[in-house]
Amino acid sequence: MRWTASVLAAVFLVGCSAPASRVADRGNAPAPAPVPGAAAPTSASQATTARSELRAAGDREVLHALSRLTYGPRPGEVERVRALGLDVWLERQLHPEKIDDSATEAALAELATLRMTTTELLHAYPRPDPQLRAKLASGEMSRQEMQERYPMEKRPARITAELQAAKMVRAVTSERQLQEVMVDFWFNHFNVFANKGDVRWYVSAYEREAIRPYALGKFPELVRATAHHPAMLFYLDNWLSARPDFTIPAGPNRGRKAGLNENYARELMELHTLGVDGGYSQKDVTEVARAFTGWTIERPQAEGRFVFRASMHDTGEKTVLGRRIPAGGGREDGERVIELLTRHPSTARFIATKLVRRFVSDVPPPALVDRVAATYSRTGGDIPTMLRTIFESREFLGEDIYRAKIKKPFEFVASATRALGGRPDAQGGMALARASAEIGEPLYEAQPPTGYGDRAEVWVNSGALLARMNFALGLVSGRYQRVTVDLPALVAGADTSVPAVVLDRLLAAILANQASPETRSVLAKHLADPQITRQTADDRGPANTDVAKLAALVIGSPEFQRR
Amino acid sequence: MPTRRTLLKAGGCALVAYAAAPRFLTRTARAAEARGKVLVAVFQRGAVDGLSMVMPHGDAGYAGARPSIALRSPRPGESDRAVDLDGFFAFHPSLAPLLPLWENHSLAVVHACGSPDTTRSHFDAQDYMESGTPGVKSTPDGWLARVARTLPAKSAPFRAVALGAVLPRTLQGDVGAISMQSIDRFDVRGGDASAGRGFESLYDQGVHDLLHGTGRETFEAVKMLRSANASRLAPANGADYPRGPFGDAMRQIAQLIKANVGLEVAFADMQGWDTHVGQGAERGQLAFRLRDFGQALAAFSRDLGDRMADVCVLTMSEFGRTVAENGNRGTDHGHGTAMLALGGAVRGGRVYGRWPGLGRHQLFEGRDLAVTTDFRTLFTEVAARHLGAPTAALFPGFTSTQPSLGLFT
Repeated sequence: MRWTASVLAAVFLVGCSAPASRVADRGNAPAPAPVPGAAAPTSASQATTARSELRAAGDREVLHALSRLTYGPRPGEVERVRALGLDVWLERQLHPEKIDDSATEAALAELATLRMTTTELLHAYPRPDPQLRAKLASGEMSRQEMQERYPMEKRPARITAELQAAKMVRAVTSERQLQEVMVDFWFNHFNVFANKGDVRWYVSAYEREAIRPYALGKFPELVRATAHHPAMLFYLDNWLSARPDFTIPAGPNRGRKAGLNENYARELMELHTLGVDGGYSQKDVTEVARAFTGWTIERPQAEGRFVFRASMHDTGEKTVLGRRIPAGGGREDGERVIELLTRHPSTARFIATKLVRRFVSDVPPPALVDRVAATYSRTGGDIPTMLRTIFESREFLGEDIYRAKIKKPFEFVASATRALGGRPDAQGGMALARASAEIGEPLYEAQPPTGYGDRAEVWVNSGALLARMNFALGLVSGRYQRVTVDLPALVAGADTSVPAVVLDRLLAAILANQASPETRSVLAKHLADPQITRQTADDRGPANTDVAKLAALVIGSPEFQRR
Repeated sequence: MPTRRTLLKAGGCALVAYAAAPRFLTRTARAAEARGKVLVAVFQRGAVDGLSMVMPHGDAGYAGARPSIALRSPRPGESDRAVDLDGFFAFHPSLAPLLPLWENHSLAVVHACGSPDTTRSHFDAQDYMESGTPGVKSTPDGWLARVARTLPAKSAPFRAVALGAVLPRTLQGDVGAISMQSIDRFDVRGGDASAGRGFESLYDQGVHDLLHGTGRETFEAVKMLRSANASRLAPANGADYPRGPFGDAMRQIAQLIKANVGLEVAFADMQGWDTHVGQGAERGQLAFRLRDFGQALAAFSRDLGDRMADVCVLTMSEFGRTVAENGNRGTDHGHGTAMLALGGAVRGGRVYGRWPGLGRHQLFEGRDLAVTTDFRTLFTEVAARHLGAPTAALFPGFTSTQPSLGLFT
């Protein structure tokens, strides 16, 4: 790659050191001073040089940044970002609250559940009547009768469906792209399965209250918010976890003995903070579980909010990772554990590894992981600073990193729709969410607490690859209604009777002209296919190129599966 | 159709050209020759009530615990009742289609089977049964994938297939398992032939990475399926599959087996076993599900005919249900359940496993059928004896403490 590491490092450092207000009118601003203690030492003069060199940076480099930090470029976006300056663009993305996103908000307006509290959802979408379900299952009642008595739009499944649609609409249309990428990343890190019991009523608030506000904040805030949230408490069973010999005082399980449940404690350390090799023992799992006893849910089926119930709490002394938590801490025990875990060097390393895997490579370069982990430790897990450490690194720009990541199905569907200028409304979002499911990633429906994998092997298999190609064909042929892709705009002004011109335009629009020579030549060869270039009636020459089919081939091509 | 050679030439790649015979054809031939063993795993999701699926009518505890949903004991000549198997156990009347398979000794039952883990969460228990590691969630792959990895047809695109939209946990792992919603949809659809040709040549560029490799495998698989004409292999021998997703899945697994595409491990699941309310007895909810289940297995066996000598169907469910009925004429989440093994060299016509009894003091945690056979003991035996798979590393951390069931001849 021609774009040298030092150039970009300097450029991103400019973004890092300058407050947003100054970046906005950077033309007049003095060269900002480097931030003390910033990871890569550089000088103001280098930064200035970098800026001018960036203006000369090729589309390939801008494409690389956009493909990693967004759900892929929309038509013309590479040029726009190049004109704006990658540093300015990045700084804006790191401050999503300053980006106007009213068009996306408007598209989401009809999805009412997104704005409802858990309590409201519990009342508006009640649990299905078990008698009805039994009648349906025994064949006593037909599906149609069931549908009339209990319509789909009144069932709790509607909550997840709207959330799925919203995720798609945001990924495709939001101007706050990096924020959406990070919301997806952190939801997946702190995964809950929408179809496990009461989570279906909690999941919407979970993303809205526990993930989204902190997606570009500080990592410990995410741990704290998810630990307190009913969705996580339910999903990993902590709401049932109690001191030994606790007898359930009321409700359907009245009189039953409850006891310690280690599920959350284990995953908190293994998946959320320290990592599986982070240096904790089974004894630590038990102690952490004891610390979190009493963190439960107030009236799960009527209210669904966090409550600390002292009667369930194990008041004794705990020892976690060698640190003593004195007896009688009550609710504070859990808070102490979170503090201990989020300050631990294993957590810094684990989070750094996952971020580098997401943004750089399936095989995270160890030296970069070291630097990002150091950033974590220095800043108390500040997410934007960790991201800057990644984006300004030499490794981020390595030649072997370019297009090294396979898009997961959700990323593929969103990026294809973006590439074709699609603007789905809420219904369109639901259709695209179903497409993501068909390719293997049903949104909010990863069952295990690990969430979805972030490595190529997880997503590349025969059935899924065919599903990607079929999605491409469906998308260009209008099978996904209310997604409104704009094919004519991609080739506007081009002479469609000259197939080579059409191909050039599509490769420029969809792959930013970065198709491999092999792909270009294979596609050029196929232009001769009479089903791609339709002949005129007198057969004297190509009359019309099948733009849609060519576009589908480009979207289904190997290059477009990568980011 | 352009050959590999012309495409390589067209691509301008300086690569060694392949020998003329397409790989998929040689593989098809090889697969047909070998006619290897096939394991079909069937998951009853939601926890089937093993006590009414294979009813212990000889245990007085059964009827006593279920005043309104107990099956009536079998009585000769009365077809609307449970069907006696051995004087102690009986099939639910909905499983009558399986009776001929029981009688010809190709169908066996393993009762009081399940997981040593005590969770009563569907979610956790399914995860544990699919990964094959009870109590351990971080296991990266599923046990069926680990089985497939040890089998001979390492490169056959169809060696491991799940019917359904998502690759189930049990087939996740580095085996390139295919998940397909249906055979008909396993192709480039929605365009004309030019789209398929275009995609194929895009992935056939001679680049050696996972994506291109899988792409080439995919089109080999697609062609293999087309040339084997799998979608037109209608059910044979008058096999009549029930309508619905499970019947469809079993019908298509049979098609893949008959098409000789190298299938070694297949997976299908069936939902709807979580009968908390209005479970029913001879009729009702459970009866309705079991009818589909039994008919589909019977049709599958009939469809494959002699080929069943190479095929073993193994059914499983994450746990069983409470011995006593609950306040809603249903049953709650329990522990041990019944699993079936059909075909291959199974020594059928017998119920395997030690019966723990339904007396109050015999129950697990005072309420559930105890587990006397760890599901991994059963799965290990099927993998080793039916597939001939090495089983040392199949279930990490597991050493069976019970003797082999002796399920196979």
